[in-house]
Amino acid sequence: MSAVQATVCELDLRALGLRAVNYALHQGRAGTAFEVLNPDGVHALAAGLTSELAVDVRGHAGYYCAGMNQHATVRVRGNAGVGVGENMMSGRIEVHGSVGQSAAASAHGGMLVVGGDAAARCGISLKGANIVVRGSVGHSSAFMAQTGRLVVLGDAGAGLGDSIYEARLYVRGSVADRGADCIEKPMRDEHVRELTELLTAAGITDAAATEFRRFGSARTLYHWQPSRGTI
Amino acid sequence: MCGIAGLFAKSAEIERALGAHLGSMLEQLGERGPDSAGVALFRDRVAPASKLSLLGPDGTDWVRLAAGAGDAFGTASIVCDHGDHVVLRIDSDAGAARIWLSEHHPEVVVIASGHAIELHKRVGSPAALLDGCRVRSQDATHGLGHTRMATESRVMTAGSHPFSTGEDLCLVHNGSLSNHNRLRRELRRQGVRFATENDSEVAAGYLMWRLRDGSNLAQALEAALDDLDGFFTFAVGTRDGFAVLRDPIACKPAVLAETDNWVAMASEYRAIAVLPGAADAEMWEPEPARVYTWSRGAVPA
Repeated sequence: MSAVQATVCELDLRALGLRAVNYALHQGRAGTAFEVLNPDGVHALAAGLTSELAVDVRGHAGYYCAGMNQHATVRVRGNAGVGVGENMMSGRIEVHGSVGQSAAASAHGGMLVVGGDAAARCGISLKGANIVVRGSVGHSSAFMAQTGRLVVLGDAGAGLGDSIYEARLYVRGSVADRGADCIEKPMRDEHVRELTELLTAAGITDAAATEFRRFGSARTLYHWQPSRGTI
Repeated sequence: MCGIAGLFAKSAEIERALGAHLGSMLEQLGERGPDSAGVALFRDRVAPASKLSLLGPDGTDWVRLAAGAGDAFGTASIVCDHGDHVVLRIDSDAGAARIWLSEHHPEVVVIASGHAIELHKRVGSPAALLDGCRVRSQDATHGLGHTRMATESRVMTAGSHPFSTGEDLCLVHNGSLSNHNRLRRELRRQGVRFATENDSEVAAGYLMWRLRDGSNLAQALEAALDDLDGFFTFAVGTRDGFAVLRDPIACKPAVLAETDNWVAMASEYRAIAVLPGAADAEMWEPEPARVYTWSRGAVPA
């Protein structure tokens, strides 16, 4: 670790305001560590970062925290509202508490780790990111997910993986019900390996990959089939 | 969009400053709807007397109205006068007072009535309402607030939230109901009165109708899940209770938080962040189609 990395730049959001804090983060050079104090649930905090920063949010965040993230590691020591990590491209977002609806919606890459629960539509339209939720996810999670992985240590709400394309969903607890074209699939060795890597990457040591079930697409909605009857 | 907030005190300390706390919450939500704002406070019970929150046209002579009510019922006094609306205390049950008002002052709209509820609403920003009606200096056991972005009916005070259709019952709504016209017709046949064409008023009327038929608040809200079509997050206040309900798809945002001193609901966390002890509160997003209720009976004295 260099001396530069050891220095933490403190930003008091209550004193500076959201624009000044986001501006400072956007100007930060790769390797800089920031602490954001008194976030008070403001929206769009740490959104649109493009450098390898470490951002430590000391409190609760509002909507779209760390949205569109590239390269940065954003840690929220509290809850985050709707749309955390929406459209993330790369990097890592860790939320110690729970997150609102549509977490990591449409995210292309990177990893979102949630310490608590995720509300409805977690990973909706997922496009390649990895999501690990220690608690449970709400209804319609991974709706129309295209690629990427969603790992749920708790339970999944109704309509899991509705109209899913190719994402892989791993659930340790119960699944209220599966959405259209979402089916349970066997956990083969490659899936156990992949899931073990994801759990390790998320820092989870008290759950084994073999305790999970895998869900994915039955691929029956890919093409219109005249034999399936009339509309 | 709209913003809604509810605060339910669990300690005397919060009760004393509930107007200030709820006001701070509502100000945070101002950006969610600048068209109108409203606050309902459940406070200062006057049973067996009643309080009526009244909205009148420009130039309404409230003093003369109160004097007339006093002649009719023995005693009547103005609790607070904000020009366009007043809270009137009458020594009678609210039903008799309503009948007297409709006969003698048909130009006046009763926006709330009961033993505890006091309702303020106005076109404009939350700050204007809070300052204009001195909400911040009021104590209360619980209260609801709303900032409106009008979608379903005109921007006018009568179309502003909270909506109250029964005694000591009121509701704030974020969302939009699809079957409110049909439901309003049915409820009118059952004797429920409506003052506007607003969808949210129908939800309040529906709950009042269920409660009148013997349901408790939780049962009335369970039934609402079947009978109301549309999307909604509701916060509901009754004389002793506070409830939150979201539609089964949970389109509209909601955050609930609880400490030893209060229960709070808001459209966004930042409205809860202003409350004392918020950072350490238990906090969660209410699940779709699940009824959450709190009652003063369950709170230790």
